[in-house]
Amino acid sequence: MVNALWLGMMVFGILAAAAGGNIEAVTRAALDGANNAVKTSLGLIAIITFWLGIMKLAEEAGLISLISGLIAPVMRFLFPDIPRDHPAMGAIIMNISANILGLGNAATPMGLIAMQEMQKLNRGDKKTATASMCTFLALNTSCITLIPSTIIGIRVMHGSADPTEVVGTTIFATACGMTVAVAVDRVLRTVYSRPGRYQP
Amino acid sequence: MYPVINEISRWAIPFILLVVPLAAMVRGVKVFEAFVEGAEKGFSTAVKTIPYLVAMMVAINIFRASGAMEILVSALSPALGLVGFPAELLPHAVMRPLSGGAALGIATDVIAVHGPDSFLGRLVSTMQGTSDTTFYVLTLYFGSVGITRYRYAVYSGLAADFTTLLASVYIVNALYK
Repeated sequence: MVNALWLGMMVFGILAAAAGGNIEAVTRAALDGANNAVKTSLGLIAIITFWLGIMKLAEEAGLISLISGLIAPVMRFLFPDIPRDHPAMGAIIMNISANILGLGNAATPMGLIAMQEMQKLNRGDKKTATASMCTFLALNTSCITLIPSTIIGIRVMHGSADPTEVVGTTIFATACGMTVAVAVDRVLRTVYSRPGRYQP
Repeated sequence: MYPVINEISRWAIPFILLVVPLAAMVRGVKVFEAFVEGAEKGFSTAVKTIPYLVAMMVAINIFRASGAMEILVSALSPALGLVGFPAELLPHAVMRPLSGGAALGIATDVIAVHGPDSFLGRLVSTMQGTSDTTFYVLTLYFGSVGITRYRYAVYSGLAADFTTLLASVYIVNALYK
């Protein structure tokens, strides 16, 4: 799937540029994209290092098993493959909480920690996503946000009479999206776990 | 409701930074050493995501800069018109799962042109606030642990994005039209 998508964007993009007489844009776009990607990754070093340290403290203090115990029923339903006291649980909970509160700087490193912990539980091919990882990413990409702070800032900048009125509509729309994400993930998890199913 | 949530957001991280080290100390953990031990892998985790992000962001950038995105938008617009979706916001809807920065740029532009309290301004604000940049998250998170076979993760992510889009159109229409 990701291979087809990637190839499709490249080929369709280059053909569209050629047809539009705009072929030099391709080279510039490729270099800009690579540059932005490296900047993004390097920009993550500081916050990932910092949160990995804090998460280690939380784990050794026993806080993670405490919190995951509190919401165990929900987590057992969503992530049946992850043992209750596993550090992956803590990182998942922290990531989702940070997402809900709109703390992007904390959410991303927590998510990466959660992925590392889930990769340790991956008994199969280490290049293939596990069911827990897919569920986690479905939750993560569709997560409810209580405060969309960036867009509120832009509304303030352009003189909105009520910049925060979109909080309600945002919560409604994300709640719908998250429900569908969990449902679709649950159906596909079953479909893909059938024996003999070809894994693309 | 909003001020309460905003206060929680402001206090959440300082609170964690206070409580976690204190709790660790009470449990007899050597706090400085444990922090450093955990933080050791920060650099390698971040650097490991570079090739994955480069691959994805180059493709997205070419797709966008070449005019291919506009072709996709014009191909999609008759279908979305049927559900009451305004054509002005279609570039944003297509861009949202691909590039957070580009989508934010489009949203800012719509708000500047039509005003934050117009129908389009409210709708684009909601659309920007709701969904995460699905392909960025998938590439970054899977890339950080070396996973290249995403299985069905792309489908559930896009299903969520599409639902969020429809729900945004529905709720903004219902409240403000």
